[in-house]
Amino acid sequence: MRGARLDVRRSELMARRVGIDLVSVNAVRDSIREFGDRYLKRFYTEAELRDCDTGQGIVAERLAARFAAKEATLKVLRPGDEAIPWRTMGVVRHGPGWVTVELSGRAATLAAESGLRDFELSISHEDNYASAVVIAEVDLSNRASDPMISA
Amino acid sequence: MTEEIRQIIADHGRLSVDTAALAPDADLYHAGMTSHASVNVMLALEDHFDVEFPDRMLKRSVFESISAIEAALKELRAETPVS
Repeated sequence: MRGARLDVRRSELMARRVGIDLVSVNAVRDSIREFGDRYLKRFYTEAELRDCDTGQGIVAERLAARFAAKEATLKVLRPGDEAIPWRTMGVVRHGPGWVTVELSGRAATLAAESGLRDFELSISHEDNYASAVVIAEVDLSNRASDPMISA
Repeated sequence: MTEEIRQIIADHGRLSVDTAALAPDADLYHAGMTSHASVNVMLALEDHFDVEFPDRMLKRSVFESISAIEAALKELRAETPVS
């Protein structure tokens, strides 16, 4: 009984945000071909580029999934018209099939200010499309941080 | 400058409408430009106008219309001393 009360109290203080995005693999392939390193190094972390490189070049499908992850993360962060550098939202690969999103710089600061934590990421690709979904918990104990929640 | 920007958007913006018919203040995102396409537009603008967009300008409002892009380019050029 006491456990049930604690669960209710916790659910009253927590909410979730979700972000999703879809990216054309061909568009990413075109960007690599046209802009090369300027495109790669401006928008992706070194770890992301390493994870997308099979030794025979960058795999556009993997890179497209990472761009989708960044955009999905932005949808969770809800920065409005504030500039959030793309490289401050990096996809980290943990062995085959498991990835997380790692925030740094302004993205990490905004997440903290908004009470966002426990980010979870899933990415996928098939043929010409790559997609990503990001979910994070919002700590509503600081309700002023979320404009969707009235105090 | 407006027509050069319009051509770059036509080449890289992947819009779902005819770029030639876009008003200068028409919302490019509403016209079908994705975030990824806006990245390509930005890189192409840098190549064409020999400027570099700093991180602080990599936000939606800077690339949301032809006139917004033009204003950003003028700001960047004003910040760069002519040698």
